[in-house]
Amino acid sequence: MSEPVFEVRDLTRRYRLPRTALLQPPRTLTALRGVSFDLRRGESLGIVGESGSGKSTLLRLMLSLERPDEGTVTYHGGSLRREVQIVFQDPVSALDPRMRVADLVLEPVRVLRLPGDHPAMLAELMHAVGLSAAAGRRFPHEFSGGQRQRIAIARALAPRPRVLLADEPVSALDVSVRAQILNLLLDLRAGYDLTLVLVAHDLSVVRHTCDRVLVMRAGEVVEVGDTRTIFRSPRHPYTRALLESIPRLRTRGPVA
Amino acid sequence: MKDATLEVRHLTVTVGGMRAVRGITFALPRGRRTGLIGESGSGKTLTALAIMGLLPEGLTAGGVAMYGAEDLLSLPDSRLCELRGDRLAMVFQEPMTALNPVMPVGAQVAEPLRVHRGLSRRDATLEAARLLERVQIPNAAERLRAYPHQLSGGQRQRAMIAMAIACSPDLLIADEPTTALDVTVQAQVLALLGRLVDEEGATLLLITHDLPVVDQLCDRVLVMYGGWIVEEGETDEVFGRPRHPYTVGLMDAIPPLDEDLPDGRLRAIAGSVPGLGEFPSGCPFRTRCPRADDACAVMPPLAGDGHLVACWHPFA
Repeated sequence: MSEPVFEVRDLTRRYRLPRTALLQPPRTLTALRGVSFDLRRGESLGIVGESGSGKSTLLRLMLSLERPDEGTVTYHGGSLRREVQIVFQDPVSALDPRMRVADLVLEPVRVLRLPGDHPAMLAELMHAVGLSAAAGRRFPHEFSGGQRQRIAIARALAPRPRVLLADEPVSALDVSVRAQILNLLLDLRAGYDLTLVLVAHDLSVVRHTCDRVLVMRAGEVVEVGDTRTIFRSPRHPYTRALLESIPRLRTRGPVA
Repeated sequence: MKDATLEVRHLTVTVGGMRAVRGITFALPRGRRTGLIGESGSGKTLTALAIMGLLPEGLTAGGVAMYGAEDLLSLPDSRLCELRGDRLAMVFQEPMTALNPVMPVGAQVAEPLRVHRGLSRRDATLEAARLLERVQIPNAAERLRAYPHQLSGGQRQRAMIAMAIACSPDLLIADEPTTALDVTVQAQVLALLGRLVDEEGATLLLITHDLPVVDQLCDRVLVMYGGWIVEEGETDEVFGRPRHPYTVGLMDAIPPLDEDLPDGRLRAIAGSVPGLGEFPSGCPFRTRCPRADDACAVMPPLAGDGHLVACWHPFA
């Protein structure tokens, strides 16, 4: 077993809800409750759960965008800001519409003041995500959803991260392009030696892309294990319910 | 078709001089559930909005949509308003934007009954409580006074469905009714929708990009791409023996859950859905299609016996 890049221990995060009554203390929502796990170097870990399960809160804590109320997140590496990058669900709102693609992709490099031959980096990044170098001169709105997600991925790769967090990277995309983006993430994981965290509400997304799966519900980890094992013999009733509720085709036609 | 709730012929929707729906013909057999499959930009939602007379300003519909002896596309607004919410109902994808945020859900569910059935406030409210019970909202009588933001996503969608079935419509169009919901909730809402449609004897047109959802709920399928219907038939036929390369591609893009992928790669359709006005001439799929050749520069007709396909090189 390889050493952990992230050690998450007993993580609890509470949010204060807006006051509903003047004379009562505001209620709190516990978004995460005693979450512990290791993210191992080089693995791809799927985090699965429905809305409100705490997936996104967990990512925010891993990125150090928020502080936990209890527990610790330990990153074993250098600069978290450079080495841990994120790709969001909606590539439309994640990309500034007034910036050209080349500037968007290289912005993290500039902000972090990373040395290097920037035009060469851009060319390489665009190639890595399957876009032409000429695309750099265009604006995000000129691209389809799948292409925009490619741009967002190139931007996340620009500072040479060691860990890539992907928060629902395909759920806003057309069905016919989802597989392209997932295949791209798999290629990049190998090519850039990445540790990958893939957050999804849809179990079928992590089935073929992740080595291990962590199932969350209402802020807690209910099951964690090897992907094949979880799909073949889920132990927790909630995991079973999630698996059973994935709509399936009763009949499958011939594979072309 | 002898007994169809709706017969659509040569339906077009024009957006800024461009055809987003390009002249489609189909019928919705009475009491049956038809699924309309398509990705964004295929024209599926515009088809539904055109039928309901709800196209946004600037979009125009052409062709015919016969509901009984009336053509919905040429009816005056006053008549459409009589039909909508009564004989024709629609469930939208995002209940948070489709429901009125400053009106209690009870009043919203009661509204079609007051407008179309002339029920008193009191009777309509009683009926609304019964409807909320039928869509399995817990504590229905209390929830009448709740505002949409006080309900969960699943409950909001249930309230939308209650509103849609309030007057026992002939035709219910559901546009991605479960796309915004969690999977476990989605399964419940789909089952509920199927049951209610049967109980009401309504004809269902379910619009979705999700093939398994159609497979579970619908007995017929229409597959749309680039403003055309490219395949049509009984669900078992279409999914059991898909003939259009696009349908085959969509089915292949669903990853198997029970087995590993032979080469570790997910199957994808090449390229992406073009924007409006960027589809190629002829068959709209030909720039992404592994079977395309010169013949595809001309749009093939939707043809066949029961199981129809619009392709020059269909699968056998």
